[in-house]
Amino acid sequence: MRTIIEENVFYPIKFISMKVNVLGDAYYDPNDLAKFSEIGEFAPDLWQKFIGYYASVFEEGDLTAREKVIVALAVAHTVQCPYCIDAYTQSCLEHGVNAAQMTEAIHVAAAIRGGATLIHGVQMKNIINKLEMKNE
Amino acid sequence: MNNLYTVEHLNIIPHFIDSIPDMKWSHSMSQIEVLQVNVGRLCNLKCRHCHLSCGPDRKEIMGREVMENCISAVNKRGIKLLDITGGAPELNPNFRWFLLESCNTGARVIVRSNMVILDEPGFEDIPKLYANNGIELICSLPYYSSNDNDRQRGTGIFDRSVSILRNLNKLGYGKGGGLKLNLVYNPGGAFLPSSQAALENDYRGRLEQQHGIVFDNLYTITNNPTGRFYEFLQNSGNLDGYMKRLYNSFNPATVERIMCRSQISVGWDGMLYDCDFNQALGWEVLGINTISEWANAPSEERPIRFGNHCYACTAGSGSSCSGSNE
Repeated sequence: MRTIIEENVFYPIKFISMKVNVLGDAYYDPNDLAKFSEIGEFAPDLWQKFIGYYASVFEEGDLTAREKVIVALAVAHTVQCPYCIDAYTQSCLEHGVNAAQMTEAIHVAAAIRGGATLIHGVQMKNIINKLEMKNE
Repeated sequence: MNNLYTVEHLNIIPHFIDSIPDMKWSHSMSQIEVLQVNVGRLCNLKCRHCHLSCGPDRKEIMGREVMENCISAVNKRGIKLLDITGGAPELNPNFRWFLLESCNTGARVIVRSNMVILDEPGFEDIPKLYANNGIELICSLPYYSSNDNDRQRGTGIFDRSVSILRNLNKLGYGKGGGLKLNLVYNPGGAFLPSSQAALENDYRGRLEQQHGIVFDNLYTITNNPTGRFYEFLQNSGNLDGYMKRLYNSFNPATVERIMCRSQISVGWDGMLYDCDFNQALGWEVLGINTISEWANAPSEERPIRFGNHCYACTAGSGSSCSGSNE
């Protein structure tokens, strides 16, 4: 009889195996980045609104275009989107951002992400405090 | 060594000639304003982005007779700008003579210097020679940090460049007066350059705060897929991706102002090319193709030999030897 842990491990592996056979060698294909606009096929109005908004977001504003792509790179790492990391690493390079500056940016993302994990420890402590018997 | 790698064989993008929006832009203007003179491929550096594959092992050096023909062409054809480049042009044994003769023509004279030749023994007099004759300098500084700069140009080159830039500042260069000091940024890999204005701002802040250096303008230049940079693209598996990037950034409006329409380039042996990149490919101009003949020829439009490498000069805002066309 399989344990729950075995179930959790087994099914993802089986799924990956199936995708390899059907689509190629990975879930993520770098060539798919260029197909982004195909998402508009079944909802063109929504796509146009999204892409218009997206383009406006990255224009020079109170933040420079350079600052915005650095933010985008950090967020891309936080949401762990390989397409975004690909696109915004290149975009950073093309805005004169070097590897050291990019690395600092993803450390900011890592710090916030790590901090976000740890701050939830307060919730954990609150629950512990509620549930545990205290010393008299 | 003459690197003849081209990107003509790539079928992943349309041929450049088919992308030209108006065929009248496929010819030069009848009056050429800029004569770019490549006085030799010899260089004390071996930069990884160099489209001419220059270096210490190169033997091609322009002789005095060809230089005399260049001066004659400037005088006879009313050339407004004489752009001296290499290699390290200072390594040509006739460089000092050519520089002074160039100044006597009355044309604006610029020299593209790698800077670090200027602290080599036997060349220490040249900064003052430049300053005394009002020569405009265009100096390569691919980034404002040591690591990124030296990755392209060689270990220790950034620190030497900083020292030489300080010396040029002391001579009066880069202070907004008559002695122009312009820097050049080249991307350190298979990607396009940043906005020239934005990067100039970064350079200005960093160089002044960290090193006390001032300069006039920053030129951002797109790396051309020829020479040593082509080899990098090929060997790193980036050639197709880079060419697609250039093609996807093609801006038809830049073709009218592409630099080969208003300039002509002379090689070390006196052969003529539409630009330094065609020179790297060995693509001589169509028609009259030597500086000696051209000096005396009537002014007329010349059909330009375009190739897929021309997407580098027409990507985004457009790129030329004087930076972005933005």
